[in-house]
Amino acid sequence: MASQRDIRRRITAARNIKQITRAMQFVAASKLRRAQESTLAARPYADKIDEVLADIAAVLGAEDHPLLAQRTEGKRLIVLITSDRGLAGPLNTNTIRFTARVITEHQGDLAVVTVGRKGRDAMRRARVPIEAHFAGFGDRPTFADVLPLARLLTDDFLSGDYAQIELVYSRFISTLSQKPVLDDLLPITPSADTDQGIPGRQFLFEPQPAAVLEQLLPRYVATRLYQAVLEAKASEESSRMVAMKNATENAEELIEDLTLAYNKVRQANITREMIEIASGARAR
Amino acid sequence: MPLQLEIVTPERLAFSDTVDSVQLPGYEGELGVLPHHAPLLSTLGVGELRIRKGDTEEAFAIVGGFLQVRPDKVVVMAETADMASEIDLEKAQEARREAERALEVGFHEGADLSAARAALQQALLRIRLAERRHREGPRRRG
Repeated sequence: MASQRDIRRRITAARNIKQITRAMQFVAASKLRRAQESTLAARPYADKIDEVLADIAAVLGAEDHPLLAQRTEGKRLIVLITSDRGLAGPLNTNTIRFTARVITEHQGDLAVVTVGRKGRDAMRRARVPIEAHFAGFGDRPTFADVLPLARLLTDDFLSGDYAQIELVYSRFISTLSQKPVLDDLLPITPSADTDQGIPGRQFLFEPQPAAVLEQLLPRYVATRLYQAVLEAKASEESSRMVAMKNATENAEELIEDLTLAYNKVRQANITREMIEIASGARAR
Repeated sequence: MPLQLEIVTPERLAFSDTVDSVQLPGYEGELGVLPHHAPLLSTLGVGELRIRKGDTEEAFAIVGGFLQVRPDKVVVMAETADMASEIDLEKAQEARREAERALEVGFHEGADLSAARAALQQALLRIRLAERRHREGPRRRG
């Protein structure tokens, strides 16, 4: 049976861990709030750009811009967005396992671009060719952060090496639920023109529709990436928050159990000593 | 009929309200929009966006992007949009010095100057707006 001192040491350790996990839980909660705000704040722009693209697509066809071109030949590129840091519960594992399934089901050439260290490490271990790696974008990703990534991906697509570029990231559904998803990025498929009241062909374009499109498409790609990065960030923080909350509760439970054991041992020791004293007195 | 104006950037909704009219840097130069404007999709330049509502005027420094006009609604999708009253003059002047330095160095090294030129243009725009705001306070018309 463990000695009193051993048990006390374990209680102290559990208390220290509890303090750390608790602090991490609160930090994650506040970062989650910020990430959620950013995600919401970015939505109006994303919705608008979708709408404008639909308007233009109503007057132009897929042959009017190479970023809209559906190709049959070429490799598949997957952009995997994970976090840089661990201790985020099952989040990265789920996203990576999801990606692994997509990759094994795919026949033919495929490469990945990784955002975040966890994804890169996993892809490296699995010997999937990594075309490029971007470190995660910090606690507060900005639109400017994703522009280099957007440029790389559009260049890759335009070069003709890739027929299809997709995104894998963890979609934020709620604090308790995040789900890995696979989204198409390139070629761009504009949504149907559902503009309230005004169909695309009634718009005047300045300059020509094709010129507006030329400027709009790279923006559109960057916006999609930015949204995915924000969703992944919100998922990461919420997953970490829940994981740390569980860890704190486990530590509490452990402390309770250990305290009980400690008291039992202490009581046993006292009883034993009393018996020793009593029997010693009688022996005299 | 009131005119609904929304200014959005990739990172936030910068403005949303009904206005009387709005003036902004369109593709073919300054563009004024009143209610019942014909549907229009245009790219935006770098410049000043002025909003009139009643007897007040508000200005934004906007940089690039797109404009969607419908008879009852104007949506500005800009790269950045800063309200004149929120511009940090010192920061803008710092950005201007930096851009000028970059231009100078780049000129001698024969580097691509377009980024530095764009940065300078934006800094000058912000300075102009912030200084005028500073001189006149919130502007009243008439």
